[in-house]
Amino acid sequence: MSVDDIQALTAQLARDPSSLVFLPLAEALRRRGQLEAALAVASSGVARYPEMAGAYDLLGRIHSDRGEGDLAFDAWTTVLRLDPDHLGAHKGLGFLCFRAGDLARSLRYLRRAVELRPQDASLRAALGRVEDSAGMRPVPGFARSAPDPLKVLEAEAGLALLVDPQGRVLAGSLQDAQGNSATERVGAALAGISREAERTTRLLGLGPWQRLSLEGGPAHFELRTPTSDSVLLVTRAREIPSGRLALLADRAASAARRWLEELR
Amino acid sequence: MSLRELLDELTRVTGVRGALLVSREDGLVVADALMEQVDGPAIAALAASLSGRMGGVTAALGQPEPVSWQLAGSDGMLVAASGGEGLLVVAVAAPDVNAGELRLRLLSVAGRTG
Repeated sequence: MSVDDIQALTAQLARDPSSLVFLPLAEALRRRGQLEAALAVASSGVARYPEMAGAYDLLGRIHSDRGEGDLAFDAWTTVLRLDPDHLGAHKGLGFLCFRAGDLARSLRYLRRAVELRPQDASLRAALGRVEDSAGMRPVPGFARSAPDPLKVLEAEAGLALLVDPQGRVLAGSLQDAQGNSATERVGAALAGISREAERTTRLLGLGPWQRLSLEGGPAHFELRTPTSDSVLLVTRAREIPSGRLALLADRAASAARRWLEELR
Repeated sequence: MSLRELLDELTRVTGVRGALLVSREDGLVVADALMEQVDGPAIAALAASLSGRMGGVTAALGQPEPVSWQLAGSDGMLVAASGGEGLLVVAVAAPDVNAGELRLRLLSVAGRTG
């Protein structure tokens, strides 16, 4: 859109503030990088039309361009409240979640976006990139490949493992001190420890078990139960403060919980 | 210093309901300092068993047995540290206990059981 066009739209909006030209005007300003002006125009449009999903979608795009992820998230979730099948909001939220490292949620939004517009090749390509980033792999018992919930949390491979009650690996991997895979061995050991922990807290009246922290020689360990039928082990060298490791484990457990819920 | 005096160092921590010295091999109580209604033999047996399981996890990674561990439930926690002579120092505590202080005292007591 040319400068003349923008001036014409600006004049039209000035003459009739209730006009819907705020939509193309704010979009044109956004595309030209005039984000401050675009935000002002879109904000007054949203104030005038608080039930218009498209106005919030525009606001979400402007906030996203301004690096205001939280505000963009709010705008796009408002869009979905007004119009649950709004393609732009699903795309926008998928992008925001990807940027925030929440790959499971990003996949959920992008999959819905592809469902809404299956002929959009760029959308399918975006979904494919997120699937690659998420380390999609086949999961026993599930037809569709699913992302590895621990990948996003792991700067290095081999430091977290998620298993089912029988000790079968769901996600992640572990290595021993020599760098060899210890995934299957540890998985088998974790199956027993979960049952043992559950039995111990129940018999001693300590309530459902929430966490198990091990202080080892070269490394520390944190165990969690993201769901009643899974066990997560996260480990780091003992130089990593134990409180930080506990937080990492909590984050990994949340990611694993969301992932398992999505699978179901 | 008697074993009971060692355990009293743990029970002085606010929120600790009881402390024990346990034989790791058979899960029997060697000494205890417990509040009423705390089941010492059950704690000893369960702690020794769980300790063995955790040793299995670290062994699978080619690492030595854990120095200490904490099992937290919604209503309390069980903590333990490996001592000398095949002993395990164990304490049961309320969920709001100062876990850092308890850990330090536990390791201190464990270091004097050899």
